[in-house]
Amino acid sequence: MEMAYYPGCTLKTNAKLFEESAMKAFSLIGIEMKELDKWYCCGTVYSLAKDNLMYRLASIRNLIRAQEEGFDKLITLCSVCYNTLSQANIMARNDKEAMEKINSFMDEEPDYEGSVDVLHPLQILKEKMWEIKERVKKPLNRKYAAYYGCLLLRPAEVSVDDYENPGIMEELIEALGGEAVNFPLKNECCGSYNVVANREAVIEANYRIVTNARKNGADAIVTSCPLCYFNLKDMQKEVKKAYSSFIELPVHYFTELMVEAFGVK
Amino acid sequence: MMKMVRIYIMGKEYKVPEGLTIMKAMEYAGYRFIRGAGCRAGFCGACATVYRKEGDYKLYTDLACQTTVEDGMYLVQLPFAPANKAVYDIKKIKPDDKTLVNFYPEIARCVSCNTCTKACPQELEVMDYIQSALRGDVKKTAELSFDCIQCGLCALRCPAEIAHYHVAQLARRLYGRYFMPRALHLEKRLKELEKGKFDKEMERIKKMKLEDLKKMYNSRDIEPEESEETRESD
Repeated sequence: MEMAYYPGCTLKTNAKLFEESAMKAFSLIGIEMKELDKWYCCGTVYSLAKDNLMYRLASIRNLIRAQEEGFDKLITLCSVCYNTLSQANIMARNDKEAMEKINSFMDEEPDYEGSVDVLHPLQILKEKMWEIKERVKKPLNRKYAAYYGCLLLRPAEVSVDDYENPGIMEELIEALGGEAVNFPLKNECCGSYNVVANREAVIEANYRIVTNARKNGADAIVTSCPLCYFNLKDMQKEVKKAYSSFIELPVHYFTELMVEAFGVK
Repeated sequence: MMKMVRIYIMGKEYKVPEGLTIMKAMEYAGYRFIRGAGCRAGFCGACATVYRKEGDYKLYTDLACQTTVEDGMYLVQLPFAPANKAVYDIKKIKPDDKTLVNFYPEIARCVSCNTCTKACPQELEVMDYIQSALRGDVKKTAELSFDCIQCGLCALRCPAEIAHYHVAQLARRLYGRYFMPRALHLEKRLKELEKGKFDKEMERIKKMKLEDLKKMYNSRDIEPEESEETRESD
């Protein structure tokens, strides 16, 4: 199953590990990701100003690239890119007036027909759990807290799973021979972009989330978002300074777990 | 009889002979360039020009020395593009994936509108190289911008106020310094120069008569495209 792959800027810089592990793991279960020949920053945040169409251009242009290369499915690993592209796609399919304007503005491009589905790999893995189980060579044998954050779940129209109580990542952890612990803060916000302007908010969120995961018996946290990964993992040093009782916990991308359980180097 | 076309220079109508370049047409109309003209061969990027055509909503950008006038053109020259250039010592900075965005943080404001690409008289994929710069790909930025002549039209059209050509120049300098193989023949030649290998010859040439110099120039050996010496040894 070959699909268009949209990396996003972070996957080429801070989150190379995420891309590398995904490429390795997915090819073993028959998902081939073909990187788009050309792609552009998704815009990072889906602007809630409905009439500012300038902020839709990047997403729609990416979808046109996928359409042009003949793909009807586009997958992206980063939760932020997934959210932005998905919401733009919904707009493209429903808001004719906006699309008329966007298509006429981008008069150097073919019109976007709305023919590309934006998918997150977790949605595809859900249908491949038996293949995943068969592939496992080294069962994980550890306890994990599956952390979803916000962008994979909200708004409801783009949610990769039940937006109140998702379970795909837990299912994946179990399929890989690990144990998914009960984790009430799995969809709590990590603080997101506050890491730039209001670090204290992220430090506080990190303390709550990581401590909650540990108290529920987790040996590590699993995530799918490079920003959550940064806020939950890299910020732990600063959390430790702010809360002397804080105990650190490893954080992994779900694809790292797959690579480990599949026994790939 | 010579066919004439109507053009408008800063709003004023002139009749000029068909087939002239915009630059020649303006000179025909009586303008004299003291800025905004250079090589007149499409290489130096000094003669950025903006025009519209009657009955066409598009705003066109080009080089005045490379574009032929058409009937009903509304023209203006842009002799200079104000754009801030970052100050750096190329020997001290590192070519990592944050270098370009650190020196030019405004590239993160790009919304992929593609206006820069449409404005480029060199037909470069300007937006694509800014996007490459944003994701830290110095090599791609350098490659995609290789033919940039720094006319500045991209920077003047950009709604995100990016100075694309300066970003690209930094990328190419980083690429040249940190990624390209060293030109060994250049180092060798520099050493020869420092040792005065050509001093005597230069003194002789300086004393030559102009006629003899011209003769010598016209009968000189032209270097082959690529000799063994210019290739990087493995």
